[in-house]
Amino acid sequence: MPSSPALSAAGVVRRYGAVTALDGVSLDVQAGECVALVGESGSGKSTLLRAFNRLTDPDAGTVCVSGDDVRQVDAVRLRRHIGYVPQDGGLLPHWTVLRNVALVPSLLGQPDVEAVASRALELVGLSPAEFGARWPHQLSGGQRQRVAIARALAASPRIVLLDEPFGALDAITRSDLQQVFASLRARTGFAALLVTHDLHEACLIADRIAVMRAGRIEQDASPREVVTRPATPYVAELLTRSHVRLEWVS
Amino acid sequence: MSGRRWRGVAVLLIAVASATAAGAQGEAPTGTVGRRPVVIGSKPFGESYLLAEMFAQILEARGHAVTRRFGLGGTEIIFPALRQGDIDLYPEYTGSGLLVILKAPPEPDPVKVFDIISREFRSRFDVRWLPPLGFENTYAMSVRTEMADRLGMRTISDFARVSRDMRAGFTADFIGLPDGLPGLRAAYGLDPGTVNALAPAVKYQALLAGSVDIIDAYSTDGLLGRYPITVLEDDRRFFPPYDAAAVVRGALVREQPAVVAALGELSGRIDVVRMRRWNERVEVNGEEAARVSRDALIEMGLLADAARVAGPAAGGGEGGGTSLWMYLWSRRAELARLTARHLLLAGASLLAAVLVGVSLGLAVSRSRLAPTFVRAVGGLQTIPGLALLAFLLPLLGIGFVPAAVALFLYSLYPIVQNTVTGVQEADRGAASAADALGMTARQVLWQVRVPLATPVIMSGVRTAAVLNVGTATLAALIGAGGLGDPIVAGLALSDTRMILSGAIPAALLALAVDWTLGRVQHAVTPRAFRSR
Repeated sequence: MPSSPALSAAGVVRRYGAVTALDGVSLDVQAGECVALVGESGSGKSTLLRAFNRLTDPDAGTVCVSGDDVRQVDAVRLRRHIGYVPQDGGLLPHWTVLRNVALVPSLLGQPDVEAVASRALELVGLSPAEFGARWPHQLSGGQRQRVAIARALAASPRIVLLDEPFGALDAITRSDLQQVFASLRARTGFAALLVTHDLHEACLIADRIAVMRAGRIEQDASPREVVTRPATPYVAELLTRSHVRLEWVS
Repeated sequence: MSGRRWRGVAVLLIAVASATAAGAQGEAPTGTVGRRPVVIGSKPFGESYLLAEMFAQILEARGHAVTRRFGLGGTEIIFPALRQGDIDLYPEYTGSGLLVILKAPPEPDPVKVFDIISREFRSRFDVRWLPPLGFENTYAMSVRTEMADRLGMRTISDFARVSRDMRAGFTADFIGLPDGLPGLRAAYGLDPGTVNALAPAVKYQALLAGSVDIIDAYSTDGLLGRYPITVLEDDRRFFPPYDAAAVVRGALVREQPAVVAALGELSGRIDVVRMRRWNERVEVNGEEAARVSRDALIEMGLLADAARVAGPAAGGGEGGGTSLWMYLWSRRAELARLTARHLLLAGASLLAAVLVGVSLGLAVSRSRLAPTFVRAVGGLQTIPGLALLAFLLPLLGIGFVPAAVALFLYSLYPIVQNTVTGVQEADRGAASAADALGMTARQVLWQVRVPLATPVIMSGVRTAAVLNVGTATLAALIGAGGLGDPIVAGLALSDTRMILSGAIPAALLALAVDWTLGRVQHAVTPRAFRSR
């Protein structure tokens, strides 16, 4: 039996009043694959991401997760099986680091959630003994994002959505976290959809890049293909503006 | 005394739940003829206290049990209280009965006025006017003698001609009532350039200091003869006669005729010279109303010399030489009782407001109607205190329950407002991430939004609590007791120590409540934020 894609959008339209955020978008993410959604603010990339865990519902088109139409699935159950990392980390400020990481396993009623959370913390390079009892406000920005990633992965989801996860970090921290993320994916093999405005990051992490503009996908191809053969003048312009270098994809 | 009061308070607390109980309260005692204490009220100014105290003492001397509910705020509060049976009798003035209560046209003839009000009060309200006490206390429009001489001013008409350039300092009653400024405006064309609302206790000082040019004094004011002040002649006979008399519930007249007979001993016995002298002892010399009343009754031969003074007003320290702290110390038992009462009043209303306000706030916070709702609750806040009390009076009468209801309504706003704001503003990022990771809406509310909002909600509760402790002093005007009692009485009797004996504990209470709730706020703040 051919396995269905981890994430699949077909002809998705989403309007906010007079603004069309998604204008008939189709995109597949295969199991174990990492796809980067690249584009400027307002291009619709976050809206598309949020359609997969039903933080937004499309006006038209179909959205499927692991082959199931998301409208047929209970939103709360769906979300518990999809990892999610927002830009600001979204840690609950009144919970300790360990309790934050244990959130989804506890929601799923898993046993021994503290041990599960401790292992997840170790995965992102934070010692549970040192960081487990801290409050989020006692962490650096990079540490907070590591905790957010640990929280997204704690229940071992097969799919993870990341919305500009490293966007607010300084260059060195960002580079560290990109490597952590890449090695985690290599180890656990989850499918990932990553929203970013950083083409360099997309080239580094993703297997495929989908360039979005005004609610449409301009090009959907491997990083190498995008960099060497931009499909539209807009993609070419984006490459120039991002000072893309060939060695990023070699 | 205090034990019985406390049981009463407990009963009233239960009655908060069913507001209707208060309405029934006034009717219930009709069956228990004879044994029920006669409840005597007074308005919040010196002469009213004195007369009410005389009523009380002569009744006590004739063997009747008496309950004093003095300082009830204004005709619009005290007369409905009488009609409802919250009080049995109080001293009133015939002119006020005619113009303010009956809203009848002015009438200069005292005999005709008494005739009209006797008839109308009996048929409309089942209330009786006892024969007048013998003196009139009319409005005495007063100016500085120096100014009157300089401008050759003798009559109200003289003043009216130049009133545009004058500043008036009138009591709030006078500014609004038909027998006050509105009537004067119509009768004389008197229209002062500025009108300041002044408390009775300060109007003479304001006039003498030149802050205002005319005040509405009363013809029996003890201060009138002591200062260089000229009373303008009412040359158009605008003010109706204001003969003082007791007004009594018809039911009491039927059930306890002996009470009416005892009060009748005072009829025609008090002339304006005597009354002014007694008022002066209270208002100028700072003597206690109970003592002056006793002396007055003795002077009129209605009380034997050895008769003892009873009642709360008599329990104070002796003489003016003791320090404020000695005075407070000597009244400590009374002040403790008033403080407890005050705390109960503010606390019960706050508790109800927290339960209702937080629930409502949580219910509407996620809805689009939230701003509209918060504005509507805020609208309650803008109703002036006395207006709200007067509005509640026909429903709930006077006393603890209506005061608690009014305080409850006032404290809703800061609590609802802070609950809504706290829940809406609580770390949007955290709430939306919790949502995205699969918390149910209920879990997001109770595990994320509410804990994060708690410090904001608690600061609303603190605001409401401190406001409540302050506003609860107004409750004395409808006989709810508490630390407002000595404040209202002290203002009426120009007794600064008495005012402070209520104001200082009230201020300390506000500080203590704020401090205590600050500790509670600390305790309910999620641990993560405490060390910041």
